[in-house]
Amino acid sequence: MSVDRAEARDPLAAPAALAAPVTLPPALAGAEPVESVCTPIRMTYTYTPGRALSRYLRAMADKRILGERCPATGQVFVPPRGVSPLAGTAISEVVELPDTGYVDSFNITRVPIERRPDLKPPYCSAWIVLDGASAGFLGLVINIAPEEVRIGMRLRAVWKPAEELETSAANILGWAPTGEPDEVITDYERIGRIEADPT
Amino acid sequence: MIDVAVVAFAQRQEAAISGESEVEFMVPLMEQAKAAVGLTQSDMGFTCSGSSDFLAGQAFSFVMTIDGTGPVPPISESHVEQDGAWALYEAWVKIQCGGIDTAFVYGYGKSSPGSLRDVLATQMDPYYVCPLWPDSYAVEALAARLMLEGGHVSEHRLAEIAARSRASAASNPHAVRTESKSVAEILAEDYAVDPLRPSDLPAEADGGCAVVLAAGDRARELCERPAWIRGMDHRSDAHTLGVRDLTSSASARLAAHYAAAAGDKVDLAELHGPFTTSEHLLIEALGLDEDSTAINPSGGALAAHTMMASGLIRIGEAASRIWRGDGDRAVAHATSGPCLQQNLVCVLEGD
Repeated sequence: MSVDRAEARDPLAAPAALAAPVTLPPALAGAEPVESVCTPIRMTYTYTPGRALSRYLRAMADKRILGERCPATGQVFVPPRGVSPLAGTAISEVVELPDTGYVDSFNITRVPIERRPDLKPPYCSAWIVLDGASAGFLGLVINIAPEEVRIGMRLRAVWKPAEELETSAANILGWAPTGEPDEVITDYERIGRIEADPT
Repeated sequence: MIDVAVVAFAQRQEAAISGESEVEFMVPLMEQAKAAVGLTQSDMGFTCSGSSDFLAGQAFSFVMTIDGTGPVPPISESHVEQDGAWALYEAWVKIQCGGIDTAFVYGYGKSSPGSLRDVLATQMDPYYVCPLWPDSYAVEALAARLMLEGGHVSEHRLAEIAARSRASAASNPHAVRTESKSVAEILAEDYAVDPLRPSDLPAEADGGCAVVLAAGDRARELCERPAWIRGMDHRSDAHTLGVRDLTSSASARLAAHYAAAAGDKVDLAELHGPFTTSEHLLIEALGLDEDSTAINPSGGALAAHTMMASGLIRIGEAASRIWRGDGDRAVAHATSGPCLQQNLVCVLEGD
Protein backbone atom coordinates (compact mmCIF):
# COMPACT_ATOMS: atom_id res chain seq x y z
CA MET A 1 0.00 0.00 0.00
CA SER A 2 1.43 3.34 -0.91
CA VAL A 3 1.62 6.09 1.67
CA ASP A 4 1.57 9.75 0.77
CA ARG A 5 4.64 10.66 2.75
CA ALA A 6 4.38 14.35 2.10
CA GLU A 7 0.92 14.40 3.56
CA ALA A 8 1.83 12.17 6.50
CA ARG A 9 4.86 14.24 7.55
CA ASP A 10 4.46 16.63 10.46
CA PRO A 11 6.55 19.65 9.51
CA LEU A 12 7.19 20.50 13.15
CA ALA A 13 8.27 17.01 14.29
CA ALA A 14 11.88 16.56 15.43
CA PRO A 15 14.18 14.85 12.89
CA ALA A 16 14.38 11.08 13.36
CA ALA A 17 18.04 11.34 14.36
CA LEU A 18 17.02 13.37 17.40
CA ALA A 19 14.06 11.20 18.35
CA ALA A 20 16.15 9.37 20.99
CA PRO A 21 18.06 11.33 23.65
CA VAL A 22 21.68 12.10 22.74
CA THR A 23 24.08 10.04 24.84
CA LEU A 24 27.69 10.93 25.53
CA PRO A 25 30.58 8.43 25.67
CA PRO A 26 31.46 7.48 29.29
CA ALA A 27 34.60 9.66 29.30
CA LEU A 28 32.41 12.72 28.80
CA ALA A 29 29.71 11.60 31.22
CA GLY A 30 30.19 14.51 33.61
CA ALA A 31 30.92 17.13 30.93
CA GLU A 32 28.67 20.07 30.58
CA PRO A 33 27.14 20.01 27.10
CA VAL A 34 28.12 22.74 24.65
CA GLU A 35 24.84 24.35 23.85
CA SER A 36 26.07 26.85 21.33
CA VAL A 37 29.24 28.00 19.64
CA CYS A 38 30.08 31.47 18.49
CA THR A 39 32.41 31.69 15.50
CA PRO A 40 32.65 35.37 14.65
CA ILE A 41 33.44 36.15 11.03
CA ARG A 42 34.65 39.60 10.20
CA MET A 43 36.10 40.64 6.87
CA THR A 44 37.27 44.11 5.97
CA TYR A 45 36.84 45.53 2.49
CA THR A 46 38.17 48.74 1.02
CA TYR A 47 35.19 49.45 -1.19
CA THR A 48 35.65 51.56 -4.30
CA PRO A 49 32.32 52.65 -5.71
CA GLY A 50 33.40 53.06 -9.33
CA ARG A 51 33.25 55.99 -11.75
CA ALA A 52 29.55 56.87 -11.71
CA LEU A 53 28.91 56.48 -8.01
CA SER A 54 32.15 58.32 -7.12
CA ARG A 55 30.95 61.31 -9.17
CA TYR A 56 27.55 61.14 -7.47
CA LEU A 57 29.01 61.03 -3.96
CA ARG A 58 31.45 63.89 -4.64
CA ALA A 59 28.60 66.06 -5.94
CA MET A 60 26.59 65.23 -2.80
CA ALA A 61 29.21 67.12 -0.78
CA ASP A 62 28.20 70.25 -2.77
CA LYS A 63 24.48 69.58 -2.29
CA ARG A 64 24.16 68.60 -5.95
CA ILE A 65 22.36 65.50 -7.27
CA LEU A 66 23.82 63.90 -10.40
CA GLY A 67 21.99 61.49 -12.66
CA GLU A 68 22.84 59.95 -16.01
CA ARG A 69 21.10 60.00 -19.39
CA CYS A 70 20.87 56.72 -21.35
CA PRO A 71 22.18 57.29 -24.90
CA ALA A 72 19.79 54.65 -26.27
CA THR A 73 16.50 55.81 -24.76
CA GLY A 74 17.13 59.29 -23.33
CA GLN A 75 15.93 58.17 -19.91
CA VAL A 76 17.53 59.79 -16.87
CA PHE A 77 18.52 57.55 -13.95
CA VAL A 78 19.44 58.55 -10.42
CA PRO A 79 21.44 57.39 -8.53
CA PRO A 80 23.78 56.66 -11.45
CA ARG A 81 25.49 53.30 -11.95
CA GLY A 82 27.44 53.97 -15.15
CA VAL A 83 25.09 51.76 -17.14
CA SER A 84 21.49 51.92 -18.28
CA PRO A 85 19.67 49.29 -16.20
CA LEU A 86 17.24 48.77 -19.07
CA ALA A 87 19.32 48.96 -22.24
CA GLY A 88 22.59 47.68 -20.74
CA THR A 89 24.44 50.50 -22.44
CA ALA A 90 27.38 52.29 -20.83
CA ILE A 91 26.41 55.85 -19.90
CA SER A 92 28.73 58.82 -20.00
CA GLU A 93 26.31 61.79 -20.10
CA VAL A 94 25.94 63.27 -16.63
CA VAL A 95 22.76 65.24 -15.85
CA GLU A 96 22.41 67.55 -12.85
CA LEU A 97 18.98 67.24 -11.27
CA PRO A 98 17.14 69.63 -8.96
CA ASP A 99 16.53 68.57 -5.37
CA THR A 100 12.77 68.64 -5.98
CA GLY A 101 10.35 65.97 -7.10
CA TYR A 102 7.16 64.16 -6.17
CA VAL A 103 5.96 61.09 -4.31
CA ASP A 104 5.53 58.19 -6.71
CA SER A 105 4.62 55.72 -3.96
CA PHE A 106 5.08 55.55 -0.20
CA ASN A 107 4.67 53.38 2.86
CA ILE A 108 4.34 54.01 6.59
CA THR A 109 6.51 51.91 8.90
CA ARG A 110 5.10 51.35 12.39
CA VAL A 111 7.73 48.94 13.80
CA PRO A 112 11.25 49.97 14.87
CA ILE A 113 14.37 48.74 13.05
CA GLU A 114 17.31 47.38 15.03
CA ARG A 115 20.31 49.73 15.21
CA ARG A 116 18.37 52.65 13.70
CA PRO A 117 17.27 54.62 16.77
CA ASP A 118 17.12 57.72 14.51
CA LEU A 119 14.10 56.24 12.70
CA LYS A 120 11.19 56.72 15.10
CA PRO A 121 7.98 54.96 14.03
CA PRO A 122 5.69 55.80 12.50
CA TYR A 123 7.74 57.18 9.61
CA CYS A 124 7.17 57.45 5.89
CA SER A 125 9.49 56.06 3.17
CA ALA A 126 8.75 57.20 -0.34
CA TRP A 127 9.74 56.41 -3.88
CA ILE A 128 10.56 59.88 -5.12
CA VAL A 129 10.79 60.93 -8.78
CA LEU A 130 13.05 63.97 -9.10
CA ASP A 131 12.05 66.60 -11.65
CA GLY A 132 13.67 65.48 -14.91
CA ALA A 133 14.31 61.89 -13.80
CA SER A 134 12.78 58.82 -15.49
CA ALA A 135 12.77 56.61 -12.41
CA GLY A 136 12.39 57.10 -8.69
CA PHE A 137 14.72 56.64 -5.77
CA LEU A 138 14.20 56.09 -2.07
CA GLY A 139 13.91 58.77 0.60
CA LEU A 140 12.22 59.63 3.90
CA VAL A 141 9.35 62.11 3.92
CA ILE A 142 9.79 64.44 6.90
CA ASN A 143 8.22 67.56 8.43
CA ILE A 144 4.73 66.11 7.92
CA ALA A 145 2.55 63.52 9.70
CA PRO A 146 2.94 60.23 7.74
CA GLU A 147 -0.85 59.93 7.41
CA GLU A 148 -0.92 63.14 5.35
CA VAL A 149 1.57 61.94 2.70
CA ARG A 150 -0.05 61.17 -0.68
CA ILE A 151 0.99 60.14 -4.18
CA GLY A 152 1.81 63.18 -6.28
CA MET A 153 2.85 65.35 -3.30
CA ARG A 154 5.68 67.76 -4.18
CA LEU A 155 8.87 67.48 -2.09
CA ARG A 156 12.20 69.24 -1.65
CA ALA A 157 15.37 67.77 -0.11
CA VAL A 158 16.34 68.82 3.42
CA TRP A 159 20.14 68.85 3.56
CA LYS A 160 22.49 68.58 6.51
CA PRO A 161 24.05 71.87 7.64
CA ALA A 162 26.92 72.95 5.35
CA GLU A 163 29.60 72.16 7.93
CA GLU A 164 28.40 68.52 8.20
CA LEU A 165 28.30 67.72 4.46
CA GLU A 166 30.32 64.67 3.36
CA THR A 167 30.66 62.60 0.18
CA SER A 168 27.60 60.63 1.28
CA ALA A 169 23.98 60.10 0.34
CA ALA A 170 23.26 60.64 4.06
CA ASN A 171 23.66 64.39 3.37
CA ILE A 172 19.95 64.39 2.54
CA LEU A 173 18.19 64.14 5.90
CA GLY A 174 14.83 63.67 4.24
CA TRP A 175 12.30 65.24 1.89
CA ALA A 176 9.81 67.86 3.04
CA PRO A 177 6.57 68.94 1.33
CA THR A 178 6.88 72.18 -0.64
CA GLY A 179 3.18 73.10 -0.45
CA GLU A 180 2.97 73.32 -4.26
CA PRO A 181 -0.05 71.76 -5.99
CA ASP A 182 0.25 67.97 -6.36
CA GLU A 183 1.77 66.45 -9.46
CA VAL A 184 -1.05 65.07 -11.58
CA ILE A 185 0.09 61.63 -12.68
CA THR A 186 -1.62 60.71 -15.89
CA ASP A 187 1.03 58.66 -17.67
CA TYR A 188 1.27 55.56 -15.51
CA GLU A 189 3.37 53.85 -18.15
CA ARG A 190 6.16 56.43 -18.09
CA ILE A 191 8.55 54.35 -15.99
CA GLY A 192 10.39 51.27 -17.06
CA ARG A 193 9.42 51.65 -20.70
CA ILE A 194 11.91 50.98 -23.42
CA GLU A 195 11.25 50.68 -27.12
CA ALA A 196 11.33 47.06 -28.27
CA ASP A 197 14.41 46.21 -30.32
CA PRO A 198 13.45 47.28 -33.88
CA THR A 199 15.26 44.22 -35.28
CA MET B 1 23.50 15.61 -28.39
CA ILE B 2 23.32 19.10 -29.92
CA ASP B 3 26.63 20.46 -31.24
CA VAL B 4 27.51 23.63 -29.34
CA ALA B 5 30.51 25.86 -29.99
CA VAL B 6 32.30 28.76 -28.37
CA VAL B 7 32.08 31.53 -30.99
CA ALA B 8 33.16 34.72 -29.18
CA PHE B 9 35.30 35.67 -26.21
CA ALA B 10 36.48 38.89 -24.53
CA GLN B 11 38.52 39.29 -21.37
CA ARG B 12 40.22 41.81 -19.11
CA GLN B 13 42.60 41.04 -16.25
CA GLU B 14 44.65 43.52 -14.22
CA ALA B 15 46.41 43.34 -10.87
CA ALA B 16 43.75 45.70 -9.46
CA ILE B 17 40.86 47.55 -11.09
CA SER B 18 40.17 50.20 -8.46
CA GLY B 19 38.46 53.01 -10.37
CA GLU B 20 35.57 51.03 -11.88
CA SER B 21 32.71 49.05 -10.41
CA GLU B 22 32.13 45.50 -11.61
CA VAL B 23 29.32 46.47 -13.98
CA GLU B 24 31.36 49.41 -15.31
CA PHE B 25 34.26 47.19 -16.38
CA MET B 26 32.03 44.32 -17.53
CA VAL B 27 29.84 46.33 -19.95
CA PRO B 28 32.64 46.88 -22.51
CA LEU B 29 33.55 43.16 -22.34
CA MET B 30 29.92 42.12 -22.80
CA GLU B 31 29.58 44.47 -25.77
CA GLN B 32 32.88 43.31 -27.27
CA ALA B 33 31.93 39.61 -27.15
CA LYS B 34 28.48 40.20 -28.63
CA ALA B 35 29.78 42.58 -31.31
CA ALA B 36 32.42 40.03 -32.38
CA VAL B 37 29.59 37.86 -33.78
CA GLY B 38 27.18 40.71 -34.56
CA LEU B 39 24.65 39.78 -31.88
CA THR B 40 22.77 41.82 -29.32
CA GLN B 41 21.23 40.74 -26.03
CA SER B 42 17.85 40.16 -27.69
CA ASP B 43 19.51 37.46 -29.84
CA MET B 44 20.58 35.47 -26.77
CA GLY B 45 18.44 32.46 -25.88
CA PHE B 46 19.88 32.30 -22.38
CA THR B 47 22.27 34.29 -20.19
CA CYS B 48 24.26 32.86 -17.29
CA SER B 49 26.96 34.37 -15.07
CA GLY B 50 29.40 33.37 -12.33
CA SER B 51 30.58 35.64 -9.51
CA SER B 52 30.82 35.77 -5.72
CA ASP B 53 29.28 38.06 -3.11
CA PHE B 54 32.19 37.22 -0.80
CA LEU B 55 34.60 38.97 -3.16
CA ALA B 56 32.36 41.99 -3.65
CA GLY B 57 31.49 42.19 0.05
CA GLN B 58 27.87 42.79 -0.99
CA ALA B 59 24.76 40.65 -0.95
CA PHE B 60 23.27 39.94 -4.39
CA SER B 61 26.13 41.80 -6.04
CA PHE B 62 25.52 39.94 -9.31
CA VAL B 63 22.15 41.66 -9.75
CA MET B 64 23.88 44.99 -10.42
CA THR B 65 26.00 43.41 -13.14
CA ILE B 66 22.90 42.02 -14.88
CA ASP B 67 22.09 45.69 -15.63
CA GLY B 68 24.97 45.55 -18.11
CA THR B 69 23.42 42.79 -20.22
CA GLY B 70 20.45 44.96 -21.22
CA PRO B 71 17.82 42.92 -19.39
CA VAL B 72 14.75 44.71 -20.82
CA PRO B 73 12.65 43.26 -22.44
CA PRO B 74 13.03 40.56 -19.73
CA ILE B 75 15.67 37.93 -20.44
CA SER B 76 16.03 34.26 -19.53
CA GLU B 77 18.83 34.42 -16.98
CA SER B 78 20.64 32.45 -14.28
CA HIS B 79 23.67 32.87 -12.00
CA VAL B 80 26.09 30.49 -10.28
CA GLU B 81 28.17 31.33 -7.21
CA GLN B 82 31.02 29.61 -9.05
CA ASP B 83 33.61 30.33 -11.66
CA GLY B 84 32.03 31.37 -14.98
CA ALA B 85 33.03 27.97 -16.42
CA TRP B 86 30.15 26.47 -14.43
CA ALA B 87 27.86 29.14 -15.85
CA LEU B 88 29.00 28.00 -19.31
CA TYR B 89 28.15 24.42 -18.30
CA GLU B 90 24.63 25.49 -17.30
CA ALA B 91 24.22 27.35 -20.59
CA TRP B 92 25.44 24.28 -22.52
CA VAL B 93 22.88 22.09 -20.70
CA LYS B 94 20.19 24.70 -21.43
CA ILE B 95 21.00 24.54 -25.15
CA GLN B 96 20.92 20.71 -24.97
CA CYS B 97 17.35 21.01 -23.63
CA GLY B 98 16.38 22.48 -27.00
CA GLY B 99 14.49 25.56 -28.09
CA ILE B 100 17.45 27.97 -28.17
CA ASP B 101 20.60 28.13 -30.26
CA THR B 102 22.59 30.89 -28.56
CA ALA B 103 23.71 31.69 -25.02
CA PHE B 104 25.67 34.47 -23.37
CA VAL B 105 28.00 33.62 -20.49
CA TYR B 106 30.21 35.78 -18.29
CA GLY B 107 32.24 35.57 -15.13
CA TYR B 108 34.00 38.26 -13.13
CA GLY B 109 35.66 38.95 -9.83
CA LYS B 110 37.22 41.89 -8.07
CA SER B 111 39.16 40.46 -5.14
CA SER B 112 41.36 43.52 -4.52
CA PRO B 113 38.91 45.31 -2.12
CA GLY B 114 39.30 42.53 0.47
CA SER B 115 41.91 40.04 1.61
CA LEU B 116 41.45 37.14 -0.80
CA ARG B 117 43.38 34.73 1.43
CA ASP B 118 40.88 35.44 4.23
CA VAL B 119 37.84 35.44 1.96
CA LEU B 120 38.79 31.96 0.72
CA ALA B 121 38.89 30.68 4.31
CA THR B 122 35.12 31.15 4.42
CA GLN B 123 34.61 28.42 1.81
CA MET B 124 35.87 25.87 4.36
CA ASP B 125 33.74 23.98 6.89
CA PRO B 126 32.05 26.71 8.98
CA TYR B 127 32.30 24.92 12.37
CA TYR B 128 35.61 23.05 12.42
CA VAL B 129 37.85 24.82 9.92
CA CYS B 130 36.76 28.36 9.08
CA PRO B 131 36.99 29.60 12.72
CA LEU B 132 40.72 28.82 12.51
CA TRP B 133 40.99 31.15 9.45
CA PRO B 134 43.23 28.91 7.35
CA ASP B 135 45.04 31.03 4.79
CA SER B 136 44.37 29.68 1.28
CA TYR B 137 48.10 29.63 0.42
CA ALA B 138 48.87 27.72 3.62
CA VAL B 139 46.17 25.16 2.80
CA GLU B 140 47.76 24.53 -0.61
CA ALA B 141 51.17 24.34 1.08
CA LEU B 142 49.88 21.39 3.13
CA ALA B 143 49.16 19.57 -0.12
CA ALA B 144 52.52 20.67 -1.55
CA ARG B 145 54.39 19.24 1.46
CA LEU B 146 52.62 15.89 1.03
CA MET B 147 53.46 15.87 -2.66
CA LEU B 148 57.12 16.77 -2.14
CA GLU B 149 57.83 14.45 0.79
CA GLY B 150 55.88 11.61 -0.79
CA GLY B 151 58.06 11.87 -3.91
CA HIS B 152 55.14 12.83 -6.16
CA VAL B 153 56.88 15.97 -7.37
CA SER B 154 60.19 17.82 -6.92
CA GLU B 155 60.83 21.49 -6.25
CA HIS B 156 62.73 21.54 -9.54
CA ARG B 157 59.63 20.34 -11.39
CA LEU B 158 57.49 23.02 -9.72
CA ALA B 159 60.06 25.67 -10.72
CA GLU B 160 59.92 24.40 -14.32
CA ILE B 161 56.14 24.87 -14.34
CA ALA B 162 56.52 28.40 -12.94
CA ALA B 163 59.22 29.28 -15.50
CA ARG B 164 57.08 27.96 -18.37
CA SER B 165 54.09 30.01 -17.24
CA ARG B 166 56.18 33.20 -17.08
CA ALA B 167 57.68 32.56 -20.54
CA SER B 168 54.27 31.90 -22.13
CA ALA B 169 52.66 34.87 -20.38
CA ALA B 170 55.17 37.25 -21.97
CA SER B 171 53.09 37.23 -25.18
CA ASN B 172 49.71 37.46 -23.39
CA PRO B 173 48.57 41.10 -23.01
CA HIS B 174 46.09 40.03 -20.30
CA ALA B 175 48.67 38.34 -18.09
CA VAL B 176 49.74 40.04 -14.87
CA ARG B 177 52.95 38.15 -14.11
CA THR B 178 55.05 38.24 -17.27
CA GLU B 179 58.58 38.83 -16.03
CA SER B 180 60.72 35.96 -17.25
CA LYS B 181 62.66 33.90 -14.69
CA SER B 182 64.86 30.83 -15.08
CA VAL B 183 64.36 27.65 -13.08
CA ALA B 184 67.54 28.47 -11.12
CA GLU B 185 66.26 31.97 -10.33
CA ILE B 186 62.93 30.58 -9.14
CA LEU B 187 64.64 27.97 -6.96
CA ALA B 188 66.71 30.80 -5.44
CA GLU B 189 63.53 32.61 -4.28
CA ASP B 190 62.88 32.59 -0.53
CA TYR B 191 59.86 30.52 0.45
CA ALA B 192 56.61 32.48 0.69
CA VAL B 193 54.61 29.76 2.44
CA ASP B 194 57.14 26.97 2.92
CA PRO B 195 57.42 24.80 0.78
CA LEU B 196 55.86 27.17 -1.79
CA ARG B 197 57.87 30.03 -3.31
CA PRO B 198 56.36 33.29 -4.67
CA SER B 199 56.52 31.88 -8.23
CA ASP B 200 54.46 28.86 -7.11
CA LEU B 201 51.56 31.14 -6.10
CA PRO B 202 48.91 32.65 -8.41
CA ALA B 203 49.28 36.25 -9.62
CA GLU B 204 45.97 37.53 -8.21
CA ALA B 205 43.99 39.78 -10.55
CA ASP B 206 40.71 41.65 -10.91
CA GLY B 207 38.72 41.29 -14.10
CA GLY B 208 36.28 39.19 -16.02
CA CYS B 209 35.38 37.68 -19.34
CA ALA B 210 32.39 37.13 -21.62
CA VAL B 211 31.67 34.24 -23.99
CA VAL B 212 29.05 33.57 -26.65
CA LEU B 213 27.88 29.99 -27.30
CA ALA B 214 26.00 28.95 -30.42
CA ALA B 215 24.61 25.65 -31.66
CA GLY B 216 24.89 23.86 -34.99
CA ASP B 217 24.36 25.94 -38.14
CA ARG B 218 24.01 29.13 -36.11
CA ALA B 219 27.59 28.64 -34.88
CA ARG B 220 28.79 28.14 -38.48
CA GLU B 221 27.05 31.37 -39.55
CA LEU B 222 28.63 33.36 -36.73
CA CYS B 223 32.14 31.99 -36.76
CA GLU B 224 34.46 30.86 -39.55
CA ARG B 225 35.92 28.06 -37.44
CA PRO B 226 33.77 27.39 -34.37
CA ALA B 227 35.38 25.74 -31.34
CA TRP B 228 33.00 22.83 -30.86
CA ILE B 229 32.45 21.50 -27.35
CA ARG B 230 32.95 17.76 -27.89
CA GLY B 231 32.78 16.76 -24.25
CA MET B 232 32.25 18.43 -20.91
CA ASP B 233 31.95 17.12 -17.36
CA HIS B 234 32.46 18.39 -13.82
CA ARG B 235 33.13 16.44 -10.62
CA SER B 236 33.69 17.28 -6.99
CA ASP B 237 35.91 15.78 -4.29
CA ALA B 238 34.88 15.74 -0.63
CA HIS B 239 34.63 19.09 1.15
CA THR B 240 36.65 17.88 4.15
CA LEU B 241 40.35 18.11 3.27
CA GLY B 242 41.20 15.38 5.80
CA VAL B 243 39.39 12.65 3.90
CA ARG B 244 41.03 13.46 0.55
CA ASP B 245 44.27 12.30 -1.03
CA LEU B 246 45.81 15.70 -1.70
CA THR B 247 48.61 14.20 -3.79
CA SER B 248 46.30 13.47 -6.72
CA SER B 249 43.01 14.77 -8.08
CA ALA B 250 40.37 12.06 -8.33
CA SER B 251 37.66 14.48 -9.42
CA ALA B 252 39.80 15.98 -12.22
CA ARG B 253 40.63 12.47 -13.46
CA LEU B 254 36.95 11.49 -13.49
CA ALA B 255 35.84 14.72 -15.21
CA ALA B 256 38.51 14.19 -17.88
CA HIS B 257 37.31 10.60 -18.36
CA TYR B 258 33.67 11.60 -18.89
CA ALA B 259 34.59 14.56 -21.09
CA ALA B 260 36.65 12.10 -23.16
CA ALA B 261 39.70 14.32 -22.90
CA ALA B 262 42.06 11.43 -23.66
CA GLY B 263 42.14 9.56 -26.92
CA ASP B 264 43.05 11.72 -29.90
CA LYS B 265 46.02 14.03 -29.80
CA VAL B 266 45.57 17.14 -27.67
CA ASP B 267 47.24 20.13 -29.32
CA LEU B 268 46.93 22.44 -26.36
CA ALA B 269 45.59 22.49 -22.83
CA GLU B 270 44.51 25.51 -20.80
CA LEU B 271 44.56 24.38 -17.17
CA HIS B 272 43.16 26.36 -14.25
CA GLY B 273 45.90 25.51 -11.80
CA PRO B 274 46.29 28.46 -9.41
CA PHE B 275 49.48 26.91 -7.97
CA THR B 276 52.39 25.09 -9.65
CA THR B 277 51.41 22.09 -7.54
CA SER B 278 47.87 22.15 -8.91
CA GLU B 279 49.11 22.42 -12.50
CA HIS B 280 51.35 19.38 -11.92
CA LEU B 281 48.45 17.33 -10.53
CA LEU B 282 46.19 18.37 -13.41
CA ILE B 283 48.66 17.33 -16.11
CA GLU B 284 48.79 13.93 -14.41
CA ALA B 285 45.03 13.62 -13.83
CA LEU B 286 44.11 14.66 -17.38
CA GLY B 287 46.73 12.27 -18.81
CA LEU B 288 48.43 15.02 -20.84
CA ASP B 289 51.72 14.46 -22.66
CA GLU B 290 53.83 17.61 -22.33
CA ASP B 291 55.87 16.69 -25.40
CA SER B 292 52.90 16.72 -27.76
CA THR B 293 50.54 19.14 -25.94
CA ALA B 294 51.23 22.84 -25.39
CA ILE B 295 50.39 23.38 -21.71
CA ASN B 296 48.92 26.78 -20.84
CA PRO B 297 50.08 28.76 -23.89
CA SER B 298 48.45 31.83 -22.27
CA GLY B 299 50.55 31.44 -19.13
CA GLY B 300 47.54 30.00 -17.30
CA ALA B 301 46.16 30.95 -13.92
CA LEU B 302 49.64 31.35 -12.42
CA ALA B 303 50.17 34.37 -14.67
CA ALA B 304 46.78 35.97 -13.91
CA HIS B 305 44.28 34.54 -11.47
CA THR B 306 40.92 36.29 -11.55
CA MET B 307 38.61 34.62 -9.08
CA MET B 308 35.29 33.51 -10.67
CA ALA B 309 36.63 34.12 -14.21
CA SER B 310 39.92 32.22 -14.50
CA GLY B 311 38.24 28.93 -15.42
CA LEU B 312 36.01 30.49 -18.09
CA ILE B 313 39.05 32.38 -19.40
CA ARG B 314 40.78 28.99 -19.90
CA ILE B 315 37.86 27.93 -22.13
CA GLY B 316 38.01 31.26 -24.00
CA GLU B 317 41.80 31.04 -24.45
CA ALA B 318 41.53 27.48 -25.78
CA ALA B 319 38.65 28.39 -28.11
CA SER B 320 40.55 31.44 -29.47
CA ARG B 321 43.41 29.17 -30.48
CA ILE B 322 41.02 26.83 -32.32
CA TRP B 323 39.54 29.83 -34.22
CA ARG B 324 43.02 30.96 -35.20
CA GLY B 325 44.03 27.47 -36.31
CA ASP B 326 46.78 27.20 -33.67
CA GLY B 327 45.36 23.77 -32.88
CA ASP B 328 42.57 21.37 -33.80
CA ARG B 329 41.85 19.82 -30.43
CA ALA B 330 42.13 21.53 -27.05
CA VAL B 331 41.37 20.68 -23.46
CA ALA B 332 40.21 23.46 -21.14
CA HIS B 333 39.89 23.01 -17.39
CA ALA B 334 38.39 25.01 -14.52
CA THR B 335 38.65 24.49 -10.78
CA SER B 336 36.89 25.74 -7.68
CA GLY B 337 37.38 25.22 -3.95
CA PRO B 338 40.52 24.46 -1.93
CA CYS B 339 43.18 22.11 -3.38
CA LEU B 340 41.36 21.39 -6.66
CA GLN B 341 38.19 20.31 -4.84
CA GLN B 342 35.95 20.75 -7.91
CA ASN B 343 37.03 20.31 -11.49
CA LEU B 344 35.44 20.89 -14.88
CA VAL B 345 36.93 19.60 -18.11
CA CYS B 346 35.85 20.81 -21.54
CA VAL B 347 37.13 19.36 -24.81
CA LEU B 348 37.09 21.74 -27.79
CA GLU B 349 37.64 20.85 -31.45
CA GLY B 350 37.79 22.69 -34.75
CA ASP B 351 36.22 21.21 -37.91
